[in-house]
Amino acid sequence: MSAPTRAVLLRAIASARAGDKGDALNVSVWALEPRWYPAIRDQLTAERVKAAFPEVFRGEARRYELPDLHGLNFVFQRALAGGVNASLNLDAHGKSFSFLLLSLQIELPETGGA
Amino acid sequence: MTLRIGCGSGGAPDRVAPAVALAERGELDFLCFESLAERTLALGHVARRSGRGPGHCPKLEARMRAVLPACAAQGVRIVTNMGGADPRAAGETTARIARELGLRLRVAVVEGDDVLPLVSPDTLLPETGERVRDLGAPVAANAYIGHEPLVEALDGGADVVIAGRAADPSLFLAPFVHANGIAPDDWARLGAGTLAGHLLECSTQVTGGYFADPGVKEVPGIDDLGYPIAEISPDGSAVIAKLAGIGGLVSPLTVKEQMLYEVHDPAAYLTPDVSADFSTTRIEAVGPDRVRVSGAGGRPRPDTLKALVAFDGGYLAEGEISWAGPGAQERGELAREIVRRRMVERFGFNGPLRLELIGVASLHLDGGHAETASQDVRLRGALRSHDRAWAERLLEEIEGLWMAGPAGGGGFRGRITESVFTRALYIDRDRVPTGLRWIAS
Repeated sequence: MSAPTRAVLLRAIASARAGDKGDALNVSVWALEPRWYPAIRDQLTAERVKAAFPEVFRGEARRYELPDLHGLNFVFQRALAGGVNASLNLDAHGKSFSFLLLSLQIELPETGGA
Repeated sequence: MTLRIGCGSGGAPDRVAPAVALAERGELDFLCFESLAERTLALGHVARRSGRGPGHCPKLEARMRAVLPACAAQGVRIVTNMGGADPRAAGETTARIARELGLRLRVAVVEGDDVLPLVSPDTLLPETGERVRDLGAPVAANAYIGHEPLVEALDGGADVVIAGRAADPSLFLAPFVHANGIAPDDWARLGAGTLAGHLLECSTQVTGGYFADPGVKEVPGIDDLGYPIAEISPDGSAVIAKLAGIGGLVSPLTVKEQMLYEVHDPAAYLTPDVSADFSTTRIEAVGPDRVRVSGAGGRPRPDTLKALVAFDGGYLAEGEISWAGPGAQERGELAREIVRRRMVERFGFNGPLRLELIGVASLHLDGGHAETASQDVRLRGALRSHDRAWAERLLEEIEGLWMAGPAGGGGFRGRITESVFTRALYIDRDRVPTGLRWIAS
């Protein structure tokens, strides 16, 4: 039987920052406390993020892990509609895209609550 | 010996006052100003060629006038890429300002990043497989220059070093290499110094800017953020800090977030100087607004230099108009449909056209999954065309909604801007020779 969990918004347990390079976007995600890192690492997969926002993250998605710093770095190819010099998006840099990730839910063990 | 390097700007529009505070009170050895983004440089070339403005950073004069007196008095030397598309003019302007202020300074200009003569219509653009000729005549091409010519200028006694497209972290790496006599193949220390430079290069982004999220992440004194200082030890480890008596925050989290800003593989951050490895970094708070970073490393630099080739992107047209109150979203959606029908079906525009409702779904398309109807929406239309008539047509259509659109539309604004777009290119280092030009004030 699995242990009881409860869902929290990623924004409550992590911070994130987006950066652009050409048509690629990276978003780093950092657990605000080390005890939340395992749940974030297990549940916030590149596949899940891509599936949650298929219109935005249309290209290849890759994730790097920084276990000692309790962080993840996502790299999304072709996420910026051609990049800052070509996109028609008001936010051509994709600076706001970090909050797409932070809007997802993470299941935390009841004992590790936020 | 610990070296104190400050950041005086992290981009062309950055504020001047925090740089003055650092020059006056930072007890700095060097103050470095970063001011170029992917399109800033190309726009500088366009401005220079059309005679409509300087090719260098538009804020060069204001910055130099503000910081040179304190820098000269304190013996703080300056390294910057504010030269943009015209480093020589930037050097001459800086020398003139120094003379007007009664200062005697040696200015070194780094030239050679302009690689437009190396680009031909046949040149292959590896990201997309296109040839240059497929995209028209390039308006500019600049290679990212590393720290070596900057170090040469510092070794030669420059008080101010002015470059064009010097890579952002290289501006901060150069003083570290100069002061410690670091070899160009000491990859570990170049990697560590690059981390310090990378943390500083976006100014307030490591001191509490691009960070606050009320209720989750608070930043004290956020209306008066200070710029960062790195106290770099000879081994490349550093303490990131800010001045007391000015707003902002330096914490392990501001440092972590900035460490991976615009980074892809944390173990291989490629610059002209090194393939830096940030994955082994240790980050610890060592005092109020003081964070120590150590353990970053490096591996041999890439064989080629990255260059960006810029092309004419035509006109970008953007128009907006708002609806508010009950039914605002429905009225905004009707307006969007009016513009779409007229532009596409009636007039035959077949290029990329973006029509969205700010307040419902704009920045994230429908990715934000808004579930409640908004009572305050703003229609935004945007297109890009080489034909100015299409740009004007879009603005006419959106402005026309005032009288011919749904009830209660107000607050039209529209603008047309010339745009450029860029493609990356990789060039052998020996094809990009750099040189120094000395100017005495």
